[in-house]
Amino acid sequence: MNEIKTNKETPAFTGKMAVQVDDLTVAYNYKPVLWDIDLEIPEGILMAIVGPNGAGKSTLIKAILGILKPIAGSVSIYGKPYDKQRKLVAYVPQKGSVDWDFPTTALDVVLMGTYGSLGWIKRPKLKEKKAALEALEKVGMLAFQSRQISQLSGGQQQRIFLARALVQDASIYFMDEPFQGVDVTTEIAIINILKELRKAGKTVIVVHHDLQTVPEYFDWVTFLNVKKIATGPVRDIFNDDNLTKTYGINYKVSIQK
Amino acid sequence: MDIQEYFSLVFSDYTLRTITLGTAILGAVTGMLGSFAVLRKQSLLGDAISHAALPGIAITFLITGAKDTNTLLIGALVSGLIGTFWIRGIIKKTHLKSDTALGLILSLFFGFGMLLLTFIQKQPNANQAGLDKYLFGQAATLVESDVWLMAIITGLCLLVLLLFWKEFKLFLFDSDYTKTLGFNTNFIDVLITSFIVLAIVLGLQTVGVVLMSAMLLAPAAAARQWTNSLSKMVLLAAIIGAFSGVFGTAISASQNNLPTGPVIVIVASVFVVFSFIFSPSRGLLFRQIRFIANRRDLQLQKTLAFMYHIAETHDNISHPHTIKILNNFQGYTRKTLQKLVDKNYVTLDGTMWSLTEKGFETAANLYNQQAIKDE
Repeated sequence: MNEIKTNKETPAFTGKMAVQVDDLTVAYNYKPVLWDIDLEIPEGILMAIVGPNGAGKSTLIKAILGILKPIAGSVSIYGKPYDKQRKLVAYVPQKGSVDWDFPTTALDVVLMGTYGSLGWIKRPKLKEKKAALEALEKVGMLAFQSRQISQLSGGQQQRIFLARALVQDASIYFMDEPFQGVDVTTEIAIINILKELRKAGKTVIVVHHDLQTVPEYFDWVTFLNVKKIATGPVRDIFNDDNLTKTYGINYKVSIQK
Repeated sequence: MDIQEYFSLVFSDYTLRTITLGTAILGAVTGMLGSFAVLRKQSLLGDAISHAALPGIAITFLITGAKDTNTLLIGALVSGLIGTFWIRGIIKKTHLKSDTALGLILSLFFGFGMLLLTFIQKQPNANQAGLDKYLFGQAATLVESDVWLMAIITGLCLLVLLLFWKEFKLFLFDSDYTKTLGFNTNFIDVLITSFIVLAIVLGLQTVGVVLMSAMLLAPAAAARQWTNSLSKMVLLAAIIGAFSGVFGTAISASQNNLPTGPVIVIVASVFVVFSFIFSPSRGLLFRQIRFIANRRDLQLQKTLAFMYHIAETHDNISHPHTIKILNNFQGYTRKTLQKLVDKNYVTLDGTMWSLTEKGFETAANLYNQQAIKDE
């Protein structure tokens, strides 16, 4: 597989599986939201999860992270159950999932990323604060550290969420629509950070909506619509056939070959 | 007794001291925990819990036949907890929204409680009189041991708050994320909710079932207006709650026949109204003032810009023009012109105006300044 790849930005497939999902099925009521998902995500790639509204993209991430309880199936991170590998995984939720009028500052939100490694009761100290400031600098938000979070723009809020995940210093990053409602500047800033993460050998899985940018931004793609339609390198499987299967309409996207 | 007399008596008179201390502690603990309820958007939870406590009080009385406060409050605690976890269950297992579940449990338990109270009142038992004081509370019945109990629970609550501060904050802001970091969110949730139930039950004797939720919400809502930091908000809510307790007791003690609970709630509401209007950053008054000031500034700037465009066409920027030209421009008034003169941007000479050097430069930089301000 990796011989075919000539894209310089795509690192060689190391052979290690970062995430393995087996027979995952999730239902809110009677109707399954995800049906029998098998997924193997190799280490060190940028992967987009695409699919129509209600396809279960966010649900897939939430089920992998244990936020939702699946009806069946298992998830392993680097070969071990997710529960034991939590510290290797970071999560960027959808921006709209929290109340931004919460009385706290940008730095405080980023500091929350250190809570997991601190564990119960222990408070963040100087070391944690330094890490949080570094993460803020990486997303270009250092100047806004003491800003109340409701006074940040949508793009800035998204960067704060990204910084909070960066502080976790994880190996695998799950992001739920990080590009939603952000301007071009922020989108470029975010994609640059994602590419840096990949360069550092991290694995990044992103729920994505904009099909046009998939070939430009990502190495791998997973087509999802309740069932998994296809998963693999973008240049192999990002084609009209899979798009039509996923979106149910005759979809045409010109892919640069 | 007038207010002055009250404050001179509060340290020496046993009853006054007990009631004042009791209401102050109660206000502090409910204010503290109320901040959490408000931030979780569970403002109705307090109302549901306090109403759900009523049947517990009635049933305990039916079983024991005695009116001992502590025993009755244990009954209230049990039925309050049952109501709360019932609400949680309904929200989790059904499609009902949380406000529906809260409203449902609130009226169900309260209705059942009222039914039992009526039943008890019809019993040929002389002891039954006075149970209905739990509806609106009666601070005068507070004794020293009640205050001690309140103090101990408040201390315990403070301890838990300090220990789990980080977890509480994280959970209140983003509960899904809390889960991914490996924290047991159920434990945090149950801990917060249990303390809210405990605080409410503590207040039933003083403020009563019907008004108890105001004790929870009012100090928190007022405090939120003044600060953007969670710790300051919790602290401020506790202080506002305590002051409401003290002032409410003082007013009700100095005026004959004013019930303490409702007065405390009214005092707390006054804090809320005051905060909503006068808080510098979120208050209605200053927001309106800032809004009007901004509009005026913009009008002034637009007029100046208009003048600038006219002056631009001449070699000499201070070339005089007739004021009549400005009449076509919307937003121009005599007043704005006078303001521009006061700022030394424009000089007037009869019916003619001319831009000054300073005015010209300011106008040229207007748009740039606007961009800098936005940053």
